Amino acid sequence: MAIIEVRDLRKAYGGRPVVDGVSFTVEEGEVFGILGPNGAGKTTTVECVEGLRVPDSGVIRVAGLDPVADHERVTHLLGAQLQESELQPKLTVREALELYSALYPRPVDWRPLASRLGLDAKLTTRFAKLSGGQKQRLFIALALIGGPRVVVLDELTTGLDPRARRDTWQLIEEIRDSGVTVLLVTHFMEEAQRLCDRVAVIDEGRLAALDTPSGLIARSSASTVISFTPSRPLAEPELYALPDVMSVAAPGGRVVIHGSDDTVNAVITLLARHRVTARQLRVTEASLDDAFLDITAGQDRTAPAQDRTAQAQDAARRPNAPHTPEERV
Amino acid sequence: MSATATASAGRRPSPAAAVLRTEARLLYLREPSIALSVLLLPTVLLVILGLIPGFREADAGLGGRRVIDLYVPVAVLLALTMAGMQAMPPILTGYRERGILRRMSTTPVRPSAMLVSQLVLLGGGALFSALLAVAVGRIAFGVALPGRPGGYLLALVLAAASAISLGLLISAVARHEKAAQALGAVTLFPSMFTAGVWLPVQTMPHLLRTIVEYTPLGAASQTLDQAARGAFPGLVHLGVTALWTIALTAAAARWFRWQ
Repeated sequence: MAIIEVRDLRKAYGGRPVVDGVSFTVEEGEVFGILGPNGAGKTTTVECVEGLRVPDSGVIRVAGLDPVADHERVTHLLGAQLQESELQPKLTVREALELYSALYPRPVDWRPLASRLGLDAKLTTRFAKLSGGQKQRLFIALALIGGPRVVVLDELTTGLDPRARRDTWQLIEEIRDSGVTVLLVTHFMEEAQRLCDRVAVIDEGRLAALDTPSGLIARSSASTVISFTPSRPLAEPELYALPDVMSVAAPGGRVVIHGSDDTVNAVITLLARHRVTARQLRVTEASLDDAFLDITAGQDRTAPAQDRTAQAQDAARRPNAPHTPEERV
Repeated sequence: MSATATASAGRRPSPAAAVLRTEARLLYLREPSIALSVLLLPTVLLVILGLIPGFREADAGLGGRRVIDLYVPVAVLLALTMAGMQAMPPILTGYRERGILRRMSTTPVRPSAMLVSQLVLLGGGALFSALLAVAVGRIAFGVALPGRPGGYLLALVLAAASAISLGLLISAVARHEKAAQALGAVTLFPSMFTAGVWLPVQTMPHLLRTIVEYTPLGAASQTLDQAARGAFPGLVHLGVTALWTIALTAAAARWFRWQ
């Protein structure tokens, strides 16, 4: 059963469309990711789901309720962690948990919740003195305190160190295992790949793709990555001419080619023909990172992985790239 | 609603009470500077002035009254200014800027519960501080209690409303906590002047007094003084304070943003 339904959502600020006809449904019990570059409209979309923003048009239902018209009833079953939100600096963790418990008609007991989130030792610490990871764990606790059926987590792990990020992923898996649906906004591919059952890729306010992480990778035109260190340099145009090649890069003498299974055979044939030895030849499945860049190719702005930007631009220039800039106009 | 809701609501504090209790603790226990400036500063000022011997002597130029008699209403207005225009704007703007009001919007409780809590706590704190100044004036320096307690209370509540409405307007137009502090500081000196901190309104030269009487705190000063002397406060001065309160509140409501 769909717990969240978004149909043709549109929202503009000052005449500039930020969300431009997005539709998706989230099934009860899944972790649903919303992935996209900065400024793609991810946060605006979930803020409409939370009832914090009023859509210009489109339909949103949370368990059949309208988040704006039935706002209070929606708050009973949807918990939220907001991007860049804080608490009163001098409020202690315990006071925050007690206060937010009191705001809900049927809250869960905050003590086991605090233990599960590792906040036991921090109950008397003021919000301003918490580390980034501790603040985020507190916000997860506050999102869960009302006993919701669905939680919205917006850029939860942004700004956390890798250790805290992995701990947080574990917590999200535990939330999912407890039967709560998770709507996760992120721009970390690794996070989406590890946690999400399905991912909606939003780009420039539109839904660019919606699939499982492995589905997104498989359908991208550069699903295979071939890398090797050739015994002598190879001419790039020759590599580009091989079948299904999406991009070629040679950082520090190591050649990295994004393509398909056909590309692998062609590369090996080419190497043999030129009598070039390939050291440390690796053939791997592309990551969600690669699929994401492929899906959102053609953008000339900050991509999350800086070192891949050049590839994305390369891909955009290729005639078979799925979204050329011309198509978007 | 269902039986579980009623049962679980039994011993738990209501949402509004929980918000009020939390905010009271943060305001008066965790922010000593606010507690001191709102609750005690006006009375401390009154005591310092009262320790100056000349201020305790009847002055023919003041119609036989003493300087300290005139400074009790000044201390009262200072208490209202400190609470409404100094303490409140940075709190509300900071809560908006930090997303605290937005965070509360995702719960079953409206963020207006926060605003109401601040109004109750700071309004209550201001009235307490004002009455403390009146009591200390009476006990320490023999300043007569208001001759018209009902009229005095009316004037006091109206004056508090005007100071708070000005504070709300500052909270509404300031985008950042620092801006709210700066606007509060900019309005502090004109407010203190019109409240008569440097020169009690009743001793101002005629033209200046006429102008000051049309400011919210200048008019309030006159109503408090009249009620203290046993007359019912003049309707014109009451009307001026009330009109300011309505206009400032309407402007604040027009521009206030929860996020």
